[in-house]
Amino acid sequence: MQSQATYNYKVVRQFAVMTVIWGIVGMLVGVIIAAQLVWPELNAAEWLSYGRLRPLHTNAVIFAFGGCALFATSFYVVQRTCHTTLFAPGLASFIFWGWQIVIVLAAITLPLGFTQGKEYAELEWPIDILITVIWVAYAVVFFGTIGTRKTPHIYVANWFYGAFIIAVALLHIFNSAAIPVSLTKSYSAYAGVQDAMIQWWYGHNAVGFFLTAAFLGMMYYFVPKQAERPIYSYRLSVVHFWALIFTYMWAGPHHLHYTALPDWTQSVGMVFSLILLAPSWGGMINGIMTLSGAWHKLRDDPILKFLITSLSFYGMSTFEGPMMSIKTVNALSHYTDWTVGHVHSGALGWVAMITIGSIYYLIPRLFGKAEMYSVKLINVHFWLATLGTVLYIAALWISGVMQGLMWRATNADGTLTYSFVESVKASYPFWTIRVVGGVLFLTGMCLMAYNMYKTIASGRAVDDAPVIAPAHAHAH
Amino acid sequence: MDFKNTSDFVSGFWNYYVIVIVTVSILGCAVFLWVQGSAKHKPGEVTGHVWDENLEEYSNPLPNWWRWMFYVTVVFALVYLALYPGLGNLAGSFGWTARGQYEAEMQAAEVQYGPKFNQFLEQNVMSVAANPEAREMGARLFQTYCAQCHGGDAGGAPSFPNLKDDDWLWGGTPERIKETIVGGRIGIMTPKGTKPDMDAEQVKDVVHYVRSLSGLTADSVRVQRGQELYPLACAACHGADAKGMEAAGYPNLTDKIWLHGSREDKMIEIVTKGLQNNMPAYGEFLGEAKVHLLTAYVWGLGGGVKPVDAPAAQK
Repeated sequence: MQSQATYNYKVVRQFAVMTVIWGIVGMLVGVIIAAQLVWPELNAAEWLSYGRLRPLHTNAVIFAFGGCALFATSFYVVQRTCHTTLFAPGLASFIFWGWQIVIVLAAITLPLGFTQGKEYAELEWPIDILITVIWVAYAVVFFGTIGTRKTPHIYVANWFYGAFIIAVALLHIFNSAAIPVSLTKSYSAYAGVQDAMIQWWYGHNAVGFFLTAAFLGMMYYFVPKQAERPIYSYRLSVVHFWALIFTYMWAGPHHLHYTALPDWTQSVGMVFSLILLAPSWGGMINGIMTLSGAWHKLRDDPILKFLITSLSFYGMSTFEGPMMSIKTVNALSHYTDWTVGHVHSGALGWVAMITIGSIYYLIPRLFGKAEMYSVKLINVHFWLATLGTVLYIAALWISGVMQGLMWRATNADGTLTYSFVESVKASYPFWTIRVVGGVLFLTGMCLMAYNMYKTIASGRAVDDAPVIAPAHAHAH
Repeated sequence: MDFKNTSDFVSGFWNYYVIVIVTVSILGCAVFLWVQGSAKHKPGEVTGHVWDENLEEYSNPLPNWWRWMFYVTVVFALVYLALYPGLGNLAGSFGWTARGQYEAEMQAAEVQYGPKFNQFLEQNVMSVAANPEAREMGARLFQTYCAQCHGGDAGGAPSFPNLKDDDWLWGGTPERIKETIVGGRIGIMTPKGTKPDMDAEQVKDVVHYVRSLSGLTADSVRVQRGQELYPLACAACHGADAKGMEAAGYPNLTDKIWLHGSREDKMIEIVTKGLQNNMPAYGEFLGEAKVHLLTAYVWGLGGGVKPVDAPAAQK
């Protein structure tokens, strides 16, 4: 170890801590809007109404919670696996503060009703420009670090993070293109069905690259690290990586089945969504099989429990997704709670759980501790999160299928058996269960915050971790 | 317009572009899988690369079941695109289109259900309203198309009229109700709150006068001043006696029914800014037979008015 250089943990620490804080905020807003569906009188003021808070919830959990988690882990992983310190540390600092400003601006403008009206891309144009600048800086820091790596090969986690950074830049710029009319109002550059297609090309790939590829990057570092086992198959990494990033780009039209989108586009979207099943599952297999020979670790390591359970939910929702893209299934599931349940099986089960596991891995290492303040609390958190997720998605599966069946039920004379409001009334019990699931998940996050606080309080900020010299490849 | 022969592409080039890029992309997945799947492996051995102290990778081959699952989806994709539209303008051998499916389903429904509805067309609205089966069918149609605004019990909601009482904005005879459903209605109250009409004080005066007509609380001084303003400002539509004008949907101001509420500030706002209230047209969408049933259902809710020339025998 001749190198005196140290890893840049500061920006990792900042993002890691904010991951937990924004997670609580975003999920709290989620619980509030879930409760508003059950008790509509909770829509107290216009800026507290469901329509304003729903985009705040999605933006907060995806871009604040998920975004901070990805910045934290990618900056940690890219340094460690490239055996070098972070490229352009000043820019990294700018990324942290810039991203926090974006989040705060979102938290102010969305409740006030400023929106572009595009799902998961609601933020108005000045904020979009700020995001673009930050994203370019992110690319410079990440790829700069890759470029100055001390190993000949690029570790698989970085392939996924890299693909995520490039794809999100593309998606964000094209989908957010708009003509401003004032500081707070703009109109989309596209019209009609083209606008819808661009929106869901964006929307689906936001899921594909932000919420899948990037978190697979996370998985590829923290699962083998925590399990202390080699990745199951290098070949599988290669095939599923390229297949995943290639086929995801085609799948967007399945969000627009039976709409004004041309038939041929819908078909192409559907078949590529089905082809996507195997590439998606490649990540699950590689993650879970990495544990082969070390299954016993799952018994008493709650961090590993989080990581492996997240892969199970990942496998489930990436099976469910292609099934729902089949037109006949979609005719039943579309516009129902089933879609919302599907998203949350991915969001809570996969994205949140892999993040939670990874952050539990990171916090002690960033604050000079051997482990978290309380491993027992991690265990409690795990069961709260699992139970919350299962309650949430099971409730919405039932209500979703029920809604779909009620909407299509007809009488002997061809009239509809149920009026719309009857399907709303029948959904109430399941919406209540959903609130309970959400509260359990949120409670777990609060335990995590406490656990993190206690760990940090008794620890110290590690700024002297020396950059490790790469091991000599033992060639065969 | 014949949509069946309309291309989605602005030129022939894009048709071929889509055909080629989709086919090559799907086949490319299979070729890539085949090439990678037949690479040499050393199962159980690591590749030799190490990162961050202990990150390694096994040189295991692709799981066979996974590889076959991948191939199956590729084959499914190719078969599907041969059967259904997907490759540019190629229709697919099933000749399926979303529009075609919709039209076929609508046609089948017309054959199956049409007679059930059409049987009532020969009877007049009042007879249909007396038929229990027709009332049930009408109620179901009402729950689907009307309940969103007029309420599940047809009792209305603020700004959406109650259909159970005998107060009708546009008339309660079978003909008038049917006219309302078929063509929709647009109720317009013109704004009166700007010069040369009235200033804020005058608006308040005239509102107080109108309130006094149906016994709502009102300031007697204002009522007096408002009474003088009323003939010029309001009588043209609501009538000198303020009883409204059914032919044009102008409401009666002397009864206790206030569609938009009877709060003073709300009334002032309406007089000042005017109001437009819409009932959408359903004639084209529902067709004659369903409109007939709905008319009978609404007429029979309790407030239906008999036509002037109705024969005495019919109730």
